[in-house]
Amino acid sequence: MATVAEASALSFYIHIPYCVKRCGYCDFNTYTPSELKVESSLTEISHSYIDLIIEEIAMARANSTATTVPTIFFGGGTPSLMEPSDLARVIDAIGQRFSRDSDCEITMEANPDTLTLDRLRGYFEAGINRLSIGMQSAVPHVLHVLDRTHNPANIEIAVGWAREVGFKEISLDLIYGTPGESIEDWQASIDAALALDISHISAYALIVEDGTKLAAQVRRADVIIPDDDETADKYIIADDRFRSQGFEWYEISNWAKPGSECRHNVAYWKGANWWGIGPGAHSHIDGRRWWNVKHPTAYRDRIQAKLAPMQGQESLTEPEIAREEIMLSLRLPGALSLARFSGEQRRALEDFLGQGHLEQSAWDAGMLTLTQSGRLIADRIVRELVV
Amino acid sequence: MPAIPLAKAPQPSQTNPAQIRNFCIIAHIDHGKSTLADRMLGITEVVEKRNMRAQYLDRMDIERERGITIKSQAVRLPWRSGIDGQEYILNMIDTPGHVDFTYEVSRSLAACEGAVLLVDCAQGIEAQTLANLYLAMENNLTIIPVLNKIDLPAAQPEKFAKELAKLIGCEPEDCLRVSGKTGDGVEELLDQIVKQIPAPIGDPEAPARALIFDSVYDSYRGVVTYVRVVDGHLSTRDQIQMFSTGVRHEMLEVGVISPEPVASKGLGVGEVGYLITGVKDVRQSRVGDTVTNYQRPTTKALAGYKDPRPMVFSGLFPLDGAEYPMLREALDKLQLNDAALVFEPENSAALGFGFRCGFLGLLHMEIVRERLEREAGLALISTAPNVVYKVTDDAGKELIVTNPSEFPDGKIMKVEEPIVRATVLAPSEFIGGIMELCQQRRGTLLGMDYLSEDRVEIRYTLPLAEIVFDFFDQLKSRTRGYASLDYEPIGEAEGDLVKVDILLQGEKVDAFSAIVHRDKAYTYGVMMTTKLRELIPRQQFEIPIQAAVGARIIARESIRAIRKDVLAKCYGGDISRKRKLLEKQKEGKKRMKMVGRVEVPQEAFIAALTTDDEKSKEAKK
Repeated sequence: MATVAEASALSFYIHIPYCVKRCGYCDFNTYTPSELKVESSLTEISHSYIDLIIEEIAMARANSTATTVPTIFFGGGTPSLMEPSDLARVIDAIGQRFSRDSDCEITMEANPDTLTLDRLRGYFEAGINRLSIGMQSAVPHVLHVLDRTHNPANIEIAVGWAREVGFKEISLDLIYGTPGESIEDWQASIDAALALDISHISAYALIVEDGTKLAAQVRRADVIIPDDDETADKYIIADDRFRSQGFEWYEISNWAKPGSECRHNVAYWKGANWWGIGPGAHSHIDGRRWWNVKHPTAYRDRIQAKLAPMQGQESLTEPEIAREEIMLSLRLPGALSLARFSGEQRRALEDFLGQGHLEQSAWDAGMLTLTQSGRLIADRIVRELVV
Repeated sequence: MPAIPLAKAPQPSQTNPAQIRNFCIIAHIDHGKSTLADRMLGITEVVEKRNMRAQYLDRMDIERERGITIKSQAVRLPWRSGIDGQEYILNMIDTPGHVDFTYEVSRSLAACEGAVLLVDCAQGIEAQTLANLYLAMENNLTIIPVLNKIDLPAAQPEKFAKELAKLIGCEPEDCLRVSGKTGDGVEELLDQIVKQIPAPIGDPEAPARALIFDSVYDSYRGVVTYVRVVDGHLSTRDQIQMFSTGVRHEMLEVGVISPEPVASKGLGVGEVGYLITGVKDVRQSRVGDTVTNYQRPTTKALAGYKDPRPMVFSGLFPLDGAEYPMLREALDKLQLNDAALVFEPENSAALGFGFRCGFLGLLHMEIVRERLEREAGLALISTAPNVVYKVTDDAGKELIVTNPSEFPDGKIMKVEEPIVRATVLAPSEFIGGIMELCQQRRGTLLGMDYLSEDRVEIRYTLPLAEIVFDFFDQLKSRTRGYASLDYEPIGEAEGDLVKVDILLQGEKVDAFSAIVHRDKAYTYGVMMTTKLRELIPRQQFEIPIQAAVGARIIARESIRAIRKDVLAKCYGGDISRKRKLLEKQKEGKKRMKMVGRVEVPQEAFIAALTTDDEKSKEAKK
């Protein structure tokens, strides 16, 4: 299913750090015009920002031995705030300096409110071939708690347009475990998503991140986070429904029709090489990891001064690499071989097998695959294996 | 001024016994003993004003902070009587003020001819003071009743004078009234000490006999032994011998405390002072033992010597297993200064390596633990305290059990437990509550007396184990803090006792086992299983928690399996952060104790083993 990391391959993550409005649960590195204190429209920002991005792509070329690009991912923030022509410039800039694989997966995250038929056509023509739409929920009161402004009906329209202009790979993002979300609400969201012509679904349990508006609401007890057992129930409901509709899980929070897995994300989980472009973006190449300065202004100053925008870095030691491998690969089915584990680790694993947290069939084939209940306690199993 | 400059005062080893008065002060904590002692040091001018500090005689930080005296001291005070104008030497022997140290108190009393009974006239006499007063009366000491804090607005000297008069058998007007704070009446008190307390009597020509009433380890000088000479003479040239062990020591220094140590040529009949022999361990110089001359030893020891006997046991374990050697070192060091502390290595399946320690009582236990934590910087878990049981099995074999884990599993013929005689003093309105508590705790009423119209003394026999388990706390809460308690061991009695084990997933957790009365087994079982259910985090499997007596389960709870322990998202920028979190958790996991397959956080052990903070604080009083 997935690309095996090759030394000559380099994936690109392009960070678009802008949103019209910040959602209450979001702790991503993104900024609204008012936060940036700019008068200019996001379109103007878009043009000048893309210039900076292209500068960093040039730096990547100068500092990398990679030749081919298997995937590109525009994430954010809200990449769909960028003009199609601007994203085309980025894709072309990469194509000019590296060799884009013929089947290069180029994903863009999109907010349904920003999409029009024309823009979608523009993005598709720019070379984007995979769309990840932030649906989150189909239930208005849940969207309200999440601070999402979009009209749930827009999702269906956006998916229809995307199909119309030629997108084959369409993913929806869902969030469950939002304060006030009932089991029925969650089922309604699942049904709404499955009713659409899509190839991929991500479903995330809501994480209350420090420093967000949601965290403050939780602290003040304005909203009550549902207990973990209920959230576990929602995962089970989702997993059962998705699989019954032909979506297979290929990562704990990701389901896809066969062949529609997101190869870019799989590259992360398999420890492949990628270059993160833009403020706050992380990169990983051959056991070395670095991350850029976070603020768009600081980033701009660095790039304009022809300096690397890197803020910090680490070189992973062998044990750290091994720990990351276990931590990430256990999230995928059949990605860890039993043979790598010591006797003590195997005994711990046998316990998990006995408790029904590991698939017997994979085990018999010498591989680890978490069962549904095992996926729900994946972090615990990882701790057991690395401790 | 009736003070005499030290240089002109009668000198040690050359003082006529007729000029000597040896006395102690019997008082409850916070009834003002230390302040009165400070005042005496000031009035007799043995401490210059500029050197004076509050609670001058209390040496350890813990003593000052808690307002208790753990070890006694003796101070030599020269005094010219305002009554007859003659010069005298007053030796003030300080006494420990807590129930755990009754034996040490008794030896301090044995070194005196009289006692000042000091009572806060806003509070009245307390149970421990009463116990010490009875001890002093038994020892035939002359009692001088003194009401302190007469400067307080809440003082009720008339009321408490009557109470004291009734207890001692004197007239209310015989009670002196002083204020340690203002100094009022203190000179008169010194004069009355001279007048009322008899001079010591001894045979200066007889072989030397001196009573050890205290023994303190000093890191520079080794053990400093405090003695009261009964017969003969001790001097620096002597070799001395401990009567109980027969061991010979060189006498390196003899002196008196005034109130700093001053070396002297020797000590004569009736004098009180210190000896330094180069011994490094207080167990070689035990309180109650008789010091004699090696060349010319006495054949007759002074009466009353007892080996200190630990009454309460508890396991002490370092939170960090690597600190075990430090704990051993710290206990060794404490033992140099604490002949009553005993310990032996203990290995707990749940808590790892530690020591089973024996203490005189709860306060002693608290003090030792606090000193280990404070002076050695150790973080400790202590198991719930228990008493010593004598278990006889079916075959008639007797076993001494100081640790619930040693309690035999097989058939048992009988179990005997220590019994104490407890005295409670309280306002009479609380009689009902106190009797109810004592009844619940398997007590037998011995008697009840009114000390005054509204204050009563209630006497019970109780199993010591019941007192060790939060009795004092319960007593305080039922009497709004007004009751005071004293107890002394009076022997052993058979009890219907069983061991309750706590099992996690079927595995016994030794640290939680307890020996309790059969009627209380269920309560204990429910309490522990409920507590543990709240304290142990959910794990990937269900954890049954059971309380069992033998093979019979008497209480059960269960911790449901955890169902969700996974972060939903892990993308490129999350990986480092998540790995670091994992590494941190890995460190955290080292501090988990494994019970079978169950991970129990150390905090859970601590919380489960602590009755609660308020309780242990109260128990110190």
